[in-house]
Amino acid sequence: MPVTTTNANDLTLSRRNFLRASATAAGGLLLALYLDSHSAAREQSQPSAPKIYPPDAFVEIRPDGKIVIQVNRLEFGQGVQTALPMILADEMDADWSQVVAELAPAADVYKDPIRGIQMVGGSGSIANSFQQYRELGAKTRAMLIAAAAERWGVTPQQCRTEQSVVHGPNSQSAKYAELVSEAARKTVPTSVRLKSPSEFRLVGKGVRRLDSRPKCDGSLKFGLDLDLPKMKVAVVAHPPVFGAKVKSFDDKEARGVEGVREVFEIPVARGGTGVAVVSDKFWPAKQGRDRLKIEWDTSGVERAHSSQLWTKYKELARTTGNVAVARGDARAIEGVAGSNRILAEYEFPYLAHTPMEPLNTTVRFDGDRAEVWVGSQFQTLDHTAVADVLGLKPETVTFHTEMAGGGFGRRATADSHVQREAAEVAKHMRAIPIKLVWTREDDVRGGYYRPMHLHRVEVRIGADGLPAAWRHVIVGQSLLAGTPFAASMKDNLDRTTVEGVSDTHYAIANFHVSAHHPEVNVPVLWWRSVGHTHTAFVMETLVDELAVRARMDPFAYRRKLLKPEARKLRAALDLLEARSAAWRRRLPKHHAVGIACHEAFGTGVACAVEVSVENKRPRIHRATVAVDCGLAVNPLTVESQFQAGVAFGLSQLMAKGAITLRDGMVEQRNFDSYVPPYMPDAPVAVDVHIVPSTEAPSGCGEPPVPVISPAVVNALTKLTGKRYRSLPLVAV
Amino acid sequence: MATYQLNVNGERREVTVDPSTPLLWVLREDLKMTGTKYGCGVSACGACTVHVAGVATRSCMLPVSLVGERPVVTIEAIGRDPVGRAVQDAWVEKDVVQCGYCQSGQIMCAVALLKHMPKPTDANIEESMGANICRCGTYVRIREAIKSAAQRI
Repeated sequence: MPVTTTNANDLTLSRRNFLRASATAAGGLLLALYLDSHSAAREQSQPSAPKIYPPDAFVEIRPDGKIVIQVNRLEFGQGVQTALPMILADEMDADWSQVVAELAPAADVYKDPIRGIQMVGGSGSIANSFQQYRELGAKTRAMLIAAAAERWGVTPQQCRTEQSVVHGPNSQSAKYAELVSEAARKTVPTSVRLKSPSEFRLVGKGVRRLDSRPKCDGSLKFGLDLDLPKMKVAVVAHPPVFGAKVKSFDDKEARGVEGVREVFEIPVARGGTGVAVVSDKFWPAKQGRDRLKIEWDTSGVERAHSSQLWTKYKELARTTGNVAVARGDARAIEGVAGSNRILAEYEFPYLAHTPMEPLNTTVRFDGDRAEVWVGSQFQTLDHTAVADVLGLKPETVTFHTEMAGGGFGRRATADSHVQREAAEVAKHMRAIPIKLVWTREDDVRGGYYRPMHLHRVEVRIGADGLPAAWRHVIVGQSLLAGTPFAASMKDNLDRTTVEGVSDTHYAIANFHVSAHHPEVNVPVLWWRSVGHTHTAFVMETLVDELAVRARMDPFAYRRKLLKPEARKLRAALDLLEARSAAWRRRLPKHHAVGIACHEAFGTGVACAVEVSVENKRPRIHRATVAVDCGLAVNPLTVESQFQAGVAFGLSQLMAKGAITLRDGMVEQRNFDSYVPPYMPDAPVAVDVHIVPSTEAPSGCGEPPVPVISPAVVNALTKLTGKRYRSLPLVAV
Repeated sequence: MATYQLNVNGERREVTVDPSTPLLWVLREDLKMTGTKYGCGVSACGACTVHVAGVATRSCMLPVSLVGERPVVTIEAIGRDPVGRAVQDAWVEKDVVQCGYCQSGQIMCAVALLKHMPKPTDANIEESMGANICRCGTYVRIREAIKSAAQRI
């Protein structure tokens, strides 16, 4: 999409985008953005019709001065529900205390201006909507100024704005709310001057989250908290092997549970079927499900088995896969003496996301229309999927974006399998709102994991201690194959498997990277930071090993190996070295430092940790993180994302931090067998330092994750002398 | 089905449910108090923590039939308590929450800690908070907020 993301102060809207202002019935001002010819035609045919609000407004100024800003993204912890309104309010010179943020429903106007679907992922919310929200704010401000200028008989240039008030040249002033009806009659300017960074009043300042208080007093409603008149709760018995079908089931006992209303078979993901239990409330629905006796037909369904997969993956890794990079002399690696060579094999298991709010979707199907409530990372796809199941056109399906309790990629499924299940149940239970709930067991065992990966790396060490040649083979299921995103695959290569290696910022002259994408009957999905979850671990532990072999300081070695153009990583590394110097010099006995740096999603991150071994586990006393994310829109959120994101990243090192399969069945059930980090597993303190920058902002949701695990393991290696190439970290 | 008289947030509440129903689901679905969260159902995450007779308790595995006369306090009412209010204020001041889903349970555990130990050390905090999962990983700020609240009280 053509909205520019450069720092240009003047910008022009593309021909396919246009804004329109109008008055609301309540006497407010709406600024709506139209994206396509369909909307344009509608606008021309109904020039004075009042707007329906929502779905197509971004800004509403209410007569009481409240400024309601629609957020075109899911909020699930990353802070975008505060940051995007900050950007708009800043350009608008709005009174921040009057700003109200709402999560926008599914609608074309709320699609990501770069990616073309309504979504959250790839740390793109701020990166892709920064310019969009600035324009919206600046244009709204320009219209309010124009209205004031006309009222006072002065020029707009003579007016200035501050805190939702326009000031004129002769001490006139008018609150925004007083100007809305006149402003609504103004033409939306096609181009406006945007602020220079020195003029920002909110952007770049640490602003506390708008959703903090209601998340601290229990009043904020997540999708799972939804309560509608006549609503029923559905829980589904899923096949024990992905894609298996119900052969027969006995629901006598299930129906005997008081409160159970209906039990019926429904289609589920990957061609399988399951049994839905519908009840007045969750507990009887779950009791009912637990009492079902189901015979499953697993014929024709592959039964994945972790140990067999490892054997297969290791064999595959000995051959060249789909080529991602072939630079220099591919044969430079061969015939090198053992002392100048590293051969390393790494194993990474399947990982579940396990967001704290279990997956859920609520659907009401009224025959000719439907309504959906879900915390969705992929509104466009989920919206279409529900409409498809119900045989409706998407425009007859109202789709509400609910606040979500975490996601980490789990709410961004290309097949919308949870939403489809909810729609299947709702179709059966017509006119009754159905809240479909995945229990934690469903979540842990239900697939859509970070794929397991095997890396095989051969490195030839040059006379200078730097890698002279590097051959890297990765084996892992493709995330994109078989999805609507498969078109982005070239030469059968899924770049999300190799990202972080193929685009490394280290200068390696002879460099060969390839990947195999075996097909396995286990659904896979992006897990926060996607390919970088494993590629950064391999790169940063190997580079550390090379530094040790070269008897060089790990900072100096990385700096020497980084390409000159790796500006963000260099800036992060320099800042990290400076800010961690004091504590690194005064390490207690039996403590060690580990460092790692990695760039992902355009953000450069460097991390140092202080680690000891307690009870055979890594104890992380401290982490210092330096980050170059361009302009930090909300530094308080950036700090928060990094302080907490490193804890999320440590999921990979937990002793019980793996999903494994035996005979097609997942061996873990809940947080007792798939164990995420608790407070004692996380760093005791994390200090975050942001490289000052006025460059275009890049994301901060994914980039905290990759660096932490290699940094910790690099420290552990110093303490134990062991190399850790197989995750999870079962024993230190 | 059986009828129970519960004392929830200082009010008498009557519910008629299956005796096995965990207190969590009685709160959420019968009493429509959704601030207490379902995270795992097996006492492994702490999102469902409430106070039962002043003790931080996992409501997801406590059958309603075993609650009896003991007063139950949930996140919806903890702000009426001076310690509860101080903890909530510290959470807001430190901008602790991210997705926020676990924070009802975190706050209820933190309040129970500070009521019994007004000046907790890092070790005390880890011991009391160490069985609660925050998947976003906000542990550093939770620690800071508890220390900040301890100074306010």
